[in-house]
Amino acid sequence: MTMGVSTDTVDTQMGRAPARRRGSATARRAETWASNAFFYGMVGFVLAFLYIPIAVLIAFSFNSSRSLSWPMTGVSLEWYARLLANEDLLEALWNSVYVAAAATALTLIIGVPAALALDRFDFPGKGLFRKLVLLPIALPGIITGISMLIMFRMIGFNLSLETVILGHATALVSVVVTQVFARLQRLPRSYEEASADLGASGLQTFFLVTLPNIRTAIIGAALLSFTLSFDEIPVTFFLTGRDNTLPMYIWSTLRRGLTPEINAVGALIVVFSIVLITLSVVLTRDKSGKRG
Amino acid sequence: MSEVIRIENLRKEFGDVIGVADVSLSIERGEYVTLLGPSGCGKSTLLRMIGGFEAPTSGTIWLDGEDVTDLPPNQRAVNMVFQDYALFPHMTVGQNVGYGLRVSGTPRAEIKPRVAETLSLVGLTDKADTSPAELSGGQRQRVALARAIVRHPKVLLLDEPLSALDANLREQMQVELRNLHNKVGLTFIMVTHDQSEALVMSDRVVVMRDGRVSQTGDPVSLYDAPANSYVADFIGATNLFASPVKASNGKIFVSCFGQELEIDHPAVDGVPAAERLFGFRPEKARLVRANGSVPQGNLLKGRLENVLYHGAMIRSVVVVGEGRILVDTLLDDTFDPARHAGTGDEVFVDIDPHKIMPFARDGAS
Ligand SMILES: Nc1ncnc2c1ncn2[C@@H]1O[C@H](COP(=O)(O)OP(=O)(O)OP(=O)(O)O)[C@@H](O)[C@H]1O
Ligand SMILES: [Mg+2]
Repeated sequence: MTMGVSTDTVDTQMGRAPARRRGSATARRAETWASNAFFYGMVGFVLAFLYIPIAVLIAFSFNSSRSLSWPMTGVSLEWYARLLANEDLLEALWNSVYVAAAATALTLIIGVPAALALDRFDFPGKGLFRKLVLLPIALPGIITGISMLIMFRMIGFNLSLETVILGHATALVSVVVTQVFARLQRLPRSYEEASADLGASGLQTFFLVTLPNIRTAIIGAALLSFTLSFDEIPVTFFLTGRDNTLPMYIWSTLRRGLTPEINAVGALIVVFSIVLITLSVVLTRDKSGKRG
Repeated sequence: MSEVIRIENLRKEFGDVIGVADVSLSIERGEYVTLLGPSGCGKSTLLRMIGGFEAPTSGTIWLDGEDVTDLPPNQRAVNMVFQDYALFPHMTVGQNVGYGLRVSGTPRAEIKPRVAETLSLVGLTDKADTSPAELSGGQRQRVALARAIVRHPKVLLLDEPLSALDANLREQMQVELRNLHNKVGLTFIMVTHDQSEALVMSDRVVVMRDGRVSQTGDPVSLYDAPANSYVADFIGATNLFASPVKASNGKIFVSCFGQELEIDHPAVDGVPAAERLFGFRPEKARLVRANGSVPQGNLLKGRLENVLYHGAMIRSVVVVGEGRILVDTLLDDTFDPARHAGTGDEVFVDIDPHKIMPFARDGAS
């Protein structure tokens, strides 16, 4: 749960440094060629490092034999079929969807008003409040997990999927606050002033002007929260009762050995996550060129 | 004419910073008033208090006889054109213009014709379904205007409405804004820091300085009879000099950078007085080339240092003693370049005694 990258900030830092080059044309060309080669080499290496394991996983999920040795013996959808017949796995999947959806909803309910408060109101201790809200994302999941476990024990809560939801929401609120706050900061205050000036009430201004302008940031943050919660393990590990989430189920079956069925689940999760993350990045990207 | 806005001893502090120190002002219905002053003098703050966006620290604002000092913006029959236009990017031009009607619960059937009518007033009839992002600067400006007047506010506030436009468009919009004002008959209060814009556009100019009103008046009286040296200097150019007043043989004299000038102004009597400020406009003076002889007139002797070409006129910079005097000469048919003095020449500046204006010493009138 430590990848709460604010896509808003990343965007603005890219591609700004002006290229400065000196020397004769040939020297410059050679230099350019060398730096290009180096650049593409690095890009290739980083991509390989990141994606070869995932490619292998996906490839083996279509393998017709059980063995995990290269080359594959044939292509089949057997493992996907088995997966659909595995009731434990389906239940874990359902639990994960439930937890991720509920945690995301809770996160939005807390995070959006918090972001609004941070952006709109001046109150004593605002700076500290901001840092405290953002802190949980930097905390290792283990710390969040253990501390919440202790707290739930103390107040006598039984561990269940609901305690997992609370745990996830704690860590994910920061994601929502960061994204929504970044968007609010770029929303000219004059939009809301203009709305009030034209006779709108506070609620009308929020629903007709503010919300439509931060909606994509909220949806993006929600998708990111959902994805992060969906494959979370450490916090879940400490806070779940008898019910398993999908990552927990996978982890526990792995102890009995690596099966191609797991590859199939993994492949599905990869595709699903990539879709959500991409959507999230696209939606939180600021289209500042398109402002009236 | 009746009073639509009355401001009494308005003051606004931002912590230690004083935005507006003490302003009292009365504005007539249908007037075009500009608030003019340098950056930071409190023009925007004053305008924002009238709009309801800033709460005054003290003082009162009356709108049409009603005390609106503590009313929020959405309860004042006052609308604002924002400097950045603040058009809602997620709405079309038509939706932007109709926004004020929509939130006030006007029936849909009524909104459409009124939006169309207002858009035609600003010449954008065919843009109702366009997104603001697709418009040019001047068009956005017009949408912002249309949106602000659609509900016929008692007063329209404009915060530097033309500052984002380039010079040509700006001049065109000055005329359009003035025409719009004549057409709709609303009261306009506009902020600007451009003195020529204020002179061109307004019925009345409020010159501000350090959070106070320095002088109010119509453009002609501001230019011809500035109340103090600050206004004289801010509006147009003025040759300013400090001098005591002397009388001899029934005439009154002042000293301009060491040389005597006769002055004939109703506000200056022959009583010898301590040092005060005097000034005259560059275009009221005449430049005379010295041809060995001394010409007739009320003269300052100097050396021509520089000639600045302005198209319709030239501005000559003449060194007189310790100071510099500007003289503007209109380049009309009577102008003969061959007879005009060249840089470095000895010249005389001739100024009519009653064109010299006296000012209070420190700029407070
Ligand atoms: N929200 C604020 N917080 C603190 N100080 C402010 C605020 N708004 C204005 N000021 C201060 O009040 C003074 C007057 O500001 P104002 O914006 O009214 O000036 P202005 O005449 O409109 O200048 P400009 O031509 O630069 O827009 C300035 O010193 C400014 O720094
Ligand atoms: Mg201003």
